[in-house]
Amino acid sequence: MNDFGASLATASHLIFNADAALLRIVGLSLAVSGSACVFAALFGLAGGAALAVGRFPGQRIVVLLLNTLLALPSVVVGLVVYLLLSRAGPLGELGLLFTPPAMVIAQTILALPLVAALTRQLVADALRGSGDQLRSMGAGPMTRAALVLVHDRWSLLTLLLTAFGRAISEVGAVMIVGGNIDGVTRVMTTTIALETSKGDLPLALALGIVLLLVVGAINVLIALVQRLSKEGR
Amino acid sequence: MAMSSTRRRWVAALALIGCGAIGAAAHAQDKFIVMSSTTSTEQSGLFGHLLPAFMKETGIQVRVVAQGTGQALDMGRRGDADVVFVHDKVAEEKFVADGWGLKRTPVMYNDFVLIGPKADPAKAAGKDIVTALGKLAAANAVFVSRGDKSGTHAAELRYWKAAAVDAPAKAFANYKECGCGMGPALNIAASTNAYVMSDRGTWLSFKNRADLGIVVEGDTKLFNQYGVIVVNPAKHPHAKKDMAQQFADWVVSPAGQQAIAGYKIGGEQLFFPNANEAGR
Amino acid sequence: MSEAGPLIELREASVRYRDVTALDGVSLRVGRGQRIALIGSNGSGKTTLLRTLHGLQRCDAGERIVHADVPQAMVFQRPFLLRLSAWSNMLIALWLAGVPARERIDRARDALRRVGLLEQRTRPARALSGGQQQRLALARAWSVLPQLLFLDEPTASLDPAAKQEVEDLVMEFAAEGMTVVMSTHNLGQAKRLATDVVYLEGGRLIAALPTERFFTERLPDAAARFLKGETTWQ
Repeated sequence: MNDFGASLATASHLIFNADAALLRIVGLSLAVSGSACVFAALFGLAGGAALAVGRFPGQRIVVLLLNTLLALPSVVVGLVVYLLLSRAGPLGELGLLFTPPAMVIAQTILALPLVAALTRQLVADALRGSGDQLRSMGAGPMTRAALVLVHDRWSLLTLLLTAFGRAISEVGAVMIVGGNIDGVTRVMTTTIALETSKGDLPLALALGIVLLLVVGAINVLIALVQRLSKEGR
Repeated sequence: MAMSSTRRRWVAALALIGCGAIGAAAHAQDKFIVMSSTTSTEQSGLFGHLLPAFMKETGIQVRVVAQGTGQALDMGRRGDADVVFVHDKVAEEKFVADGWGLKRTPVMYNDFVLIGPKADPAKAAGKDIVTALGKLAAANAVFVSRGDKSGTHAAELRYWKAAAVDAPAKAFANYKECGCGMGPALNIAASTNAYVMSDRGTWLSFKNRADLGIVVEGDTKLFNQYGVIVVNPAKHPHAKKDMAQQFADWVVSPAGQQAIAGYKIGGEQLFFPNANEAGR
Repeated sequence: MSEAGPLIELREASVRYRDVTALDGVSLRVGRGQRIALIGSNGSGKTTLLRTLHGLQRCDAGERIVHADVPQAMVFQRPFLLRLSAWSNMLIALWLAGVPARERIDRARDALRRVGLLEQRTRPARALSGGQQQRLALARAWSVLPQLLFLDEPTASLDPAAKQEVEDLVMEFAAEGMTVVMSTHNLGQAKRLATDVVYLEGGRLIAALPTERFFTERLPDAAARFLKGETTWQ
């Protein structure tokens, strides 16, 4: 239990002293995972909505595949993206490996199925009660999807915050495609992994506490948002 | 799919913008090279001391991706690194012979130490690593091996062989391979009170020692030679050969060698520059 | 049935959901100016018939013929209103109907004034009472200037006062020349509002007559039983 006490103390020390290195690492984590969320939302919302309203052969299989991708291990995604972006790989010319954009790409791939699958479910459920009215009013399929997403915007926000949580807490993908380069691609989770492997467990734990606080703040946000949505109805 | 053509155009445009932004960001800092090295070297803290000095002199940022020796060389083969800095002479010479690297230059050495419980149940303490390992096998002592094809692992296997233990995993039951880096291996040894072979640098910075201490040190066989290799631009034309060569030249120059010697933990020097010694 | 200019017609239309036949060979012609009441017990196919006439449901057999492509609108028993203000709901409906931007504000205002909800326009649509929500749905429908209006039991969930308000509005629309097809449980409502009454049972059209004749003439047994209130819920 001494480790926990020491770690809490270290965590407070780090936070209150606004340790420059820590701030840079936290900032990069938020930037990478935030960007990944934005891209995942752009493609996932459209894709999930299209899956919900579209009618095409093999639709069931696509949905099954999508739901399976929810369990994509982050380290597998990291490996695949690494092989793609490596100089020896097809996209090597882009020179993206070991840079933050590579990390954004990997985390987008991780978050995308989550956003798409949840959006599909959200839109399909919402249209069950409203589809007739919206069709009667002349709304095409994607317009219907867009309208129910606006209608259920609080659920949508929760969905996006969930995707963000998935991105910011993963370590497997960013470690492999980012290389955990000091000052360039080092984020919170890879720093924790590094300090753990160095045996500096109190520091690793302290960083873990900081990460938990960031993710915790997000969950507080979700709760506040839900409270607001109930009052706003 | 039921996407209208206007929406499709929007999605395509956004995707293009996104790719453009990514590409732009990637080329933002152009004066850098990627160096693949080993976890033990990075974790010793040497780079934090050495690379700023190089940057100050040349303005070139060295981005270190730290993995095991095997992976580091593989990165060089793939062209994902511009320069390789590891400690496995045999593998390094093969790397150059196969045409992946230009030339191997010795840089510095550090040494390995045999770590074990202070109580030393196998009575391995002394100045001879080979004898010590023989005793460990005979006593079926608990031994943690990195088992990850790293330079440290390769060295460890050479010592076992010299002690007439060809396949330690088969020779005694308490030989445990973790397939992990130096830090985790030390962690496992600390929590199971086992013997483990480590480089001095990682041991000196290791904070989680429990009941462990140095059991064998100083045997010249334990010296661990580092070499630097510039990745061959003939194999990978995009490799930043000039900047990588600048680094390789600097690290064996008096300035670089002095910087290496100047790195200490707790007043103790970790790495000993020997670029000028023949035959290293 | 009166022979006014036909708008929509179904010929031997059938609709099947998996193994349930919701509509079974129904032939019906909706003429301009008619007010048709669809009556029958739950599950008789009233909603399916309305949806098929309106074009929300495709026929599995038979055909739907559009004699005159006029603007249509539909009002459901429980109106689906977006979680936005009443005003926003109006604007979105007008946008979906393709009304040009400069006209939307005026038409939204006129429609809300028509149903007596102009004062409530900034309130969240879902915060309105049941009757108000249904009036908003009617405003939404009316604002796109439909010539054919479908209503699926529009007053079934409302209290008597709200029921009256909605009925009055429907009568006003009809008086202005709107063709109305409305399903209802309420025989009194059918008598008050309709020019023609259609009785459905088990997806089949059992009887279709002008209102006065429907309630005075001798009807097929099934319809007669329904009127007497003896029909079971199957």
